[in-house]
Amino acid sequence: MNWTKTLRVASVFVVIFIAIFLSFPLTEKINLGLDLQGGSHVILECVDTPNAPVDNDMVNRVLEIIRNRIDQLGVSEPVIQRQGPTRILVQLPGVEDPEAAVDLIGKTALLEFKDEEGETQLTGAHLINAKSSFDQFSRSIVLIEFDKIGAKEFGDATKSNVGKTLAITLDGKEISAPVVQEPILDGKAQITGKFTVDSAKHLAILLRAGALPVKVEILENRSIGPTLGRDSISKGIKAGIVGLILILIFMLIYYKGFGLIADFALVVCMILIVGALAGLKATLTLPGIAGMILTIGMAVDANILIFERIKEELKLEKTFRASIDAGFNKAFRTIFDANVTTLIAALALFYFGSGFIKGFAVTLSIGILASMFTAIVVTKIILEVVAVKFNSKALL
Amino acid sequence: MDLIGKKEFNFIKNRKIAYLISVVIILVGLISIIFQGFNFGIDFAGGTLVQIRFDKPVTTAEVRNVLGEFNLSQSTIQKLSDNEFVIRVGKISSDQRMEILNAFKEKLTDLKVLRVETVGPVIGENLKKLAFYALLFAFIGIILYITVRFEFKFSIISILALCHDCLIVLGIFSLLQKEITISIIAAVMTIIGYSINNTIVILDRLRENIKFKTREPFENLVNMSINQSLSRTINTALTTIIPILTLYFFGGNILSDFALALFIGMVAGTYSSIFIASPLLLEWNKIFQKHQRNTIISVKKGKK
Repeated sequence: MNWTKTLRVASVFVVIFIAIFLSFPLTEKINLGLDLQGGSHVILECVDTPNAPVDNDMVNRVLEIIRNRIDQLGVSEPVIQRQGPTRILVQLPGVEDPEAAVDLIGKTALLEFKDEEGETQLTGAHLINAKSSFDQFSRSIVLIEFDKIGAKEFGDATKSNVGKTLAITLDGKEISAPVVQEPILDGKAQITGKFTVDSAKHLAILLRAGALPVKVEILENRSIGPTLGRDSISKGIKAGIVGLILILIFMLIYYKGFGLIADFALVVCMILIVGALAGLKATLTLPGIAGMILTIGMAVDANILIFERIKEELKLEKTFRASIDAGFNKAFRTIFDANVTTLIAALALFYFGSGFIKGFAVTLSIGILASMFTAIVVTKIILEVVAVKFNSKALL
Repeated sequence: MDLIGKKEFNFIKNRKIAYLISVVIILVGLISIIFQGFNFGIDFAGGTLVQIRFDKPVTTAEVRNVLGEFNLSQSTIQKLSDNEFVIRVGKISSDQRMEILNAFKEKLTDLKVLRVETVGPVIGENLKKLAFYALLFAFIGIILYITVRFEFKFSIISILALCHDCLIVLGIFSLLQKEITISIIAAVMTIIGYSINNTIVILDRLRENIKFKTREPFENLVNMSINQSLSRTINTALTTIIPILTLYFFGGNILSDFALALFIGMVAGTYSSIFIASPLLLEWNKIFQKHQRNTIISVKKGKK
């Protein structure tokens, strides 16, 4: 082996080791998409209503209130972003009950106290605290506390409604309609509805974070429970491993020695893809896993092209070494063109695609680049090294 | 081991049969697209999709009955296993959804919600537009690339082959009324990017042969090129189809339609590159070079 060849072999090993280094430990280094770890992807839109038109400040306040609500839910690493003039993107990874969480985000949470005529006496605007608790019958309740102004208003409202009902409504829906026994002047009240422990907790969060100043609509919601996410991972891994094994066997049977080289290159390719995903901090989604599985098939394509060409060159009675060079040169153009066209499609998908499907475009692109590298560099080096030691008969 | 052996197949002689098969499949698909259209999934049509797992086995009829109480008996109900269902309904509010789920719990058995997807009509329209642009961009990008790298003639033939493959996938999806989702668009785009390769490999080989074997009649050259690339074409198709099949069988229900679209596309793509694309080049030459049969050489120069 001359020294340039040694250098090339060494650099291949360095690349492989970097990839392995980047990807371990796997569970920490690979970001899982919401569809795999469970969670919610929600797009909200602030909508104009006659009473509350939407402007820039309003959207920012909505953003702030939603952030407050989510913080109190205890979600780790949520994404809360403005998208354009009136839209807000919220991503909640790893929530056990994504549905309930989404419900919590989109609620206006306007608390109102209404007298028997249906007139609003006061709102939750002057609340300073709200928390869930239990009454003496151990039913779930929500305790609320007003600030000074609120306490005054609440005192007035209760004073003028003694002996009558003062209904408590949330977003226009009645939660409870207690009869006022006596004026409440200290600004403290309790809401007794048909609460469960969770719904009381959620209401308290909503009240603490405040009501949304404008109407908010859910434009898109994709919520996946953690069970389905885990299910998808195990099914994806199973499909990948079965596919990989079948391809390894196919190549070995059909191309024998060449097949063994292609198999080695394929395994290297997979290591590189995982390494690149980890290194780029890309997010692996379910379509992303599909992209990786598809790459298994595409990665050996390049090797098949090369081997078929080498076989043809050998039929022309060329030496093994010359056949390898000619085979590579002739196959290179085809491999290149083939991959560029797929890459164009992947690029279009990445640019215009939305959500999880972007993950497919990412793994497909990484897969194409990795497979080109392994076919053109790794396979070639192995063949060159092998060509020195054996003749072509050993491989066919 | 050699699956193909040394046999020479005469693809050119039987090309009319191949044309007929393709035309029939595409026509059937087109008729279906025109008369029953596509079954757009919620990504494009908007609506709500819920995947639930009941604690006990439940029948589709029971699920439909409960939905009937909410005037939703026309919903699409897909049974995944004895107790797992995917239900697709039109636009409903989250309160309505809760009511329906509670009705399931009361009338049938306890359940777990595995997945909820709601897409509003605005986003649906938006996604339709994006999908269209993505397809357009991919199509134009690939055509430009092929035109720059190869001859104009090649790019026209490749486009015809591409349209052939896409129409077959979309036609079959319309015929089976399978849902068209973003994933299916992604699959079609992957097919566009991938299946053009097989076509190009054969056309490339033809170009090489034209250069070196100037004496052979064009028909023989086309046939020879297809045969020379045959084991390569079939093997690469096989190695790509194997993982797609494992994806279909083991990848779970979310990916199965995606895998199906890829599978149909790969089969159609391989078929078109062997039986349709290269023979079409022959027709092209017949049409445009009838009067100058002896100057075949002039077409042979690649752009390189």
